[in-house]
Amino acid sequence: MSAMLEVRNVSKHFGNLVAVQDVSLTVAKGELRAIIGPNGAGKTTFFNMISGFFPPTKGDIVFDGEVVTKQTVAARVASGMARTFQITEIFPELSVRENVRIAQESADGYRLHMWVSRAETARVMREVDELMTVTGLEGKADRLVGELSHGDQRAAEIAMALALRPRLLLLDEPTAGMGEQETYRVAGLIRRLHKDSNYTIVLIEHDMRVVFNLADRITVLAEGKMLADGTPKEIAADPHVQAAYLGKAE
Amino acid sequence: MNSATTGTIAAGHAFDSRWTKLLIIWLALLTVPFWLPLLGGYTALAGRVLVLGLAAMSFNLLLGFTGVMSFGHAAYFGLGAYGAGLTLKFLAASTPLAMLMGTLLGGVAGAIVGLFIVRRRGVYFAMATVAFGQIGFYIAYTWNDLTGGYDGLRGFQREPLHLGFATIDITGNGTLFYYFLLFVFALAVAAQALMLASPFGRTLLAIRENERRARFLGIPIERHIWLSFTISCLFTALAGSLYALLNNFADPMAMHYSLSGEIVIMAVMGGMRAFWGPLVGAAVFVVLQDYISSMTVNWMSFVGLIFVLVVLFFPRGLLGMLQRRDAA
Repeated sequence: MSAMLEVRNVSKHFGNLVAVQDVSLTVAKGELRAIIGPNGAGKTTFFNMISGFFPPTKGDIVFDGEVVTKQTVAARVASGMARTFQITEIFPELSVRENVRIAQESADGYRLHMWVSRAETARVMREVDELMTVTGLEGKADRLVGELSHGDQRAAEIAMALALRPRLLLLDEPTAGMGEQETYRVAGLIRRLHKDSNYTIVLIEHDMRVVFNLADRITVLAEGKMLADGTPKEIAADPHVQAAYLGKAE
Repeated sequence: MNSATTGTIAAGHAFDSRWTKLLIIWLALLTVPFWLPLLGGYTALAGRVLVLGLAAMSFNLLLGFTGVMSFGHAAYFGLGAYGAGLTLKFLAASTPLAMLMGTLLGGVAGAIVGLFIVRRRGVYFAMATVAFGQIGFYIAYTWNDLTGGYDGLRGFQREPLHLGFATIDITGNGTLFYYFLLFVFALAVAAQALMLASPFGRTLLAIRENERRARFLGIPIERHIWLSFTISCLFTALAGSLYALLNNFADPMAMHYSLSGEIVIMAVMGGMRAFWGPLVGAAVFVVLQDYISSMTVNWMSFVGLIFVLVVLFFPRGLLGMLQRRDAA
């Protein structure tokens, strides 16, 4: 079983604050890994280092065998890393179709093109249609993304990430702020991406039902440190986790 | 479900109204020499609208379609004007060469300045554009021997166009020169429209809408803002070179920050999210200026008042407001 993502002893300091301290993690190809932990545990900071938002103070990020610690975001995206954000990051005043189209064109390397052939445009639009179908947005293609429901906006953000044909999908609290039904829908989408399309996924999540239903393995962070790492069963039975996190949270 | 149907109808409607709008705009522009005198205007006024409209539309590539603010676009407008004037005066009696040189001068200056400021954001970017703009103004103002300093650059005039098989005399102030300006304007805005409709144009929209998302789609933000700034300056300089041809004169006020402000006013007043908005803004601005300044020297107060009213009551600009009503 080869590793898609290997995080080696990373730490992140903001001045005197140690947000993440000496965390290591290995995610296998095709795995769905959940990262959980109380608020302020350093989960998003950890994500930001993996995706290249900022560099770690110490340690290394290895993506599919290649050290990417110092690479730019654009370089990581080019080699197959895509992410979504805790607060949905989309292009609100553009339609769903345009949102996904921009992602698709960027992935196809047309960023600097002033002109694209009719045949290529048609192919791009077919890909866009397919991505909207996969994420359940086909009926809303011409709506402005900013006017959609929270769940649809999240689906659009995931469609944009999928347009990049990622080998690693990083989802930061994909069901944050959602109601029962929307959570169910987004969790279903993630399950299909993982089971049917074999995406390697790392997600941060607060909803424990989602985590324990979806994850192959769970990593628990608390106060910037790794508390536990194991299968959902092991995590549920871990007394440290129960003491430090599950017990308190529920 | 209800809102989904509205969305589809609005999209179809927008498509129809876009062609109608194009037809109205081009018909109006093509027939200016026939109807403007009837309203008491003169053709040179329409020339000013085209030139400043082109400058405002070029500026709006940056503000409206990339989401980046510049308060220094007069510098590139002025460089275009001086470039064209100096070419006609010292290099060769050729109108196309003058336009080419003016456009290149402003475009290259924009490309160089862009390198220095592209990492700044928001108000810091805007302040940096002001600073570089003022450098341009003071060079034009103080370099007496070359630019004529405070008095401006005189002693050149636009030359007839030699096409090989025919010569078009655009040296007069009449209809023929207006159509020459309209021809150049049409080519320039067609190029802008094509650019905005391309994948590259959409990356600029992406940056305007959400820089973080754009970055995480793999778009190199700084490079694209630099390109947008450079292209915007290039077209603004083209407008500036036309301005020199229009007046047979280039003066330092064409580089002054007050003109930068006027360009911003035109774009915002007309509607910065609408492609044609800045042209409408320029038309309103130029006509008001012409009409009110014949009555009072304080014409700018009136223009300012109207600008404030537009911003308060039509935040999307005059054309943006019409589009809203269209879709409703």
